[in-house]
Amino acid sequence: MPAEILLESIDLSRRFGGLLAVDRASLTLARGEVHALIGTNGAGKSTLVNVLSGEIAASGGKVRLSGCDVTRWTQPRRARAGLGRSYQRTTIFAHASVFENCRLAAQAHFQRAYDLWSDATRCSDATRAAEQAIAQANLSAQARRVAGTLSHGQKRQLEIAMCLATGPSVLLLDEPLAGMGPEETDRMLLLLEALKPGHAVLLVEHDMDAVFRIADRITVMVSGRVIATGEPAAIRGNADVQSAYLGEIGDDMPQAAGIG
Amino acid sequence: MKFRRFAILVRQTSAWRGWPLAVAVVVLAVFPHVGGDFYVDLVLTTMILSIFALSLELLVGRTGLVSFGHAAFFGIAAYATALLSPSGAAPSHAWLLPAGVATAALAAAVIGAFCLRARGVYFIMVTLAFAQMTYFVFHDTKLAGGSDGLYLNVKPALTLDGITIVDLRNPRTFYYATLVLLVLVYAVLAAIGRSRFGHALAGIRANEQRMRAAGFSTYGYKLAAFTLAGALAGIAGFLHAVKDGFVSPEILAWHQSGAVLLMLILGGIGTLRGAVLGAFAFVLMKELFQSEALFGAFAKHWQLPLGLAVIACVALMPNGIVALPTQLRRFRAPLLNAG
Repeated sequence: MPAEILLESIDLSRRFGGLLAVDRASLTLARGEVHALIGTNGAGKSTLVNVLSGEIAASGGKVRLSGCDVTRWTQPRRARAGLGRSYQRTTIFAHASVFENCRLAAQAHFQRAYDLWSDATRCSDATRAAEQAIAQANLSAQARRVAGTLSHGQKRQLEIAMCLATGPSVLLLDEPLAGMGPEETDRMLLLLEALKPGHAVLLVEHDMDAVFRIADRITVMVSGRVIATGEPAAIRGNADVQSAYLGEIGDDMPQAAGIG
Repeated sequence: MKFRRFAILVRQTSAWRGWPLAVAVVVLAVFPHVGGDFYVDLVLTTMILSIFALSLELLVGRTGLVSFGHAAFFGIAAYATALLSPSGAAPSHAWLLPAGVATAALAAAVIGAFCLRARGVYFIMVTLAFAQMTYFVFHDTKLAGGSDGLYLNVKPALTLDGITIVDLRNPRTFYYATLVLLVLVYAVLAAIGRSRFGHALAGIRANEQRMRAAGFSTYGYKLAAFTLAGALAGIAGFLHAVKDGFVSPEILAWHQSGAVLLMLILGGIGTLRGAVLGAFAFVLMKELFQSEALFGAFAKHWQLPLGLAVIACVALMPNGIVALPTQLRRFRAPLLNAG
């Protein structure tokens, strides 16, 4: 693949006591791709995302961000270097407006974040970044609304807008479609499609329809290990994936029915 | 540019939303001319405690860090003032306030560096542990008079070229010096509340995980807030030492840390006004239940009615005194509709 690799995990492991939650997982994220990470519950997807984003330290292996070894970096430092993430549970500031949410997120990336005196509402860099992110996430009409009053789908959009406000090159999205209706899902997929150029997106998702619609590549995890990585068609036909999912994917894929 | 910023600040703080504050400052400024000595002294004590409560508000209300050891920094500054006060009548010792504040800030930076590794209830307990440790250092060692406490050699004065500008030995001067410091601390905290730093602290309170994901090194922000709060508590500690001319280990004890938390809870957590109102409410209630004229011999058990009163206040005003107008409006609305 000729595209530029923005995030890379090399034999990444994470151990919790006796449990090896992530076992020598390797994957790459390239600019301009949506890379889906799928697997059954407890497969280690969320742990892998947490190790990649720096919330949990790795027990072994390496994380490289834009070619730089960031394995020992803290999460805020990785975030400032361009690694954005969203959470499974929305983590917006419910009492602030959509715009204020984004401006606060953007603030960390500009000089003088410790400034005790100058009015936060007058930071023009952060204001610009926030406005841009809101427009990108199609929330311009809701910019002045209090975040807590948004619909579920809009809250998820805001979660992504807050990531975008920090100007990331890599987006790690943990189940952005969870709990969404078909219309909201469509809107979110359009948004992800629009973000593809310029970003590398890792999408952790249970909605297989959506995954197969949008993903350029899919990585499948089973009990902490990566068992397959490839384009959607190749993953569909992969016998290991078939047996791991016990036909869960097969329902959508009549052509693969004969394999399992 | 600096002046414009200041002008904007003044406009935003005093002209519209801030008129009750302006009235309060005027009342406090006029009070020594109308009130009796006893009451002037009581208001002075309360203003000092207001500064102390405001400093804790930065941690509890703004950042969401409940410190149960804030008296340590109040006490450390008070002791630093007493220990550093020169034995001879030096011409000027204006440096005593900065010295006391710097000592408290340094202690807060060191203690905070450890405490902030813990979260939630663990943070509360670790701050308490450190504060009790400082209490026993002063109580059980000969470092500063042990349990007997320590007298200040001389009350500080600011003199320039032999002319005394601020002489804190004069009670009236001391009262106004305290009022000026209270207003300054309030203004500084109000400015911080609007600043980028203040917004970051509010974000940490609301959701630290999201702030870290956005790229804020939250530990640094929290440590800065903790140190700043310690320094501001140091101003209150300095004033306390100068007012009484005497410091005792009791001002470092957990009772004092608990009292200042109670002031915030009474006044309403999350606003600066709440901290000041809470300090006044607390001191007035304490004074009321300690009054032998009203309660006779029972006055020596003042802790019991004070505790019950605090419980009643919290039960009736769960969001503190500052939220009382909103609460009353909400309470009255259905009655009016029914009528």
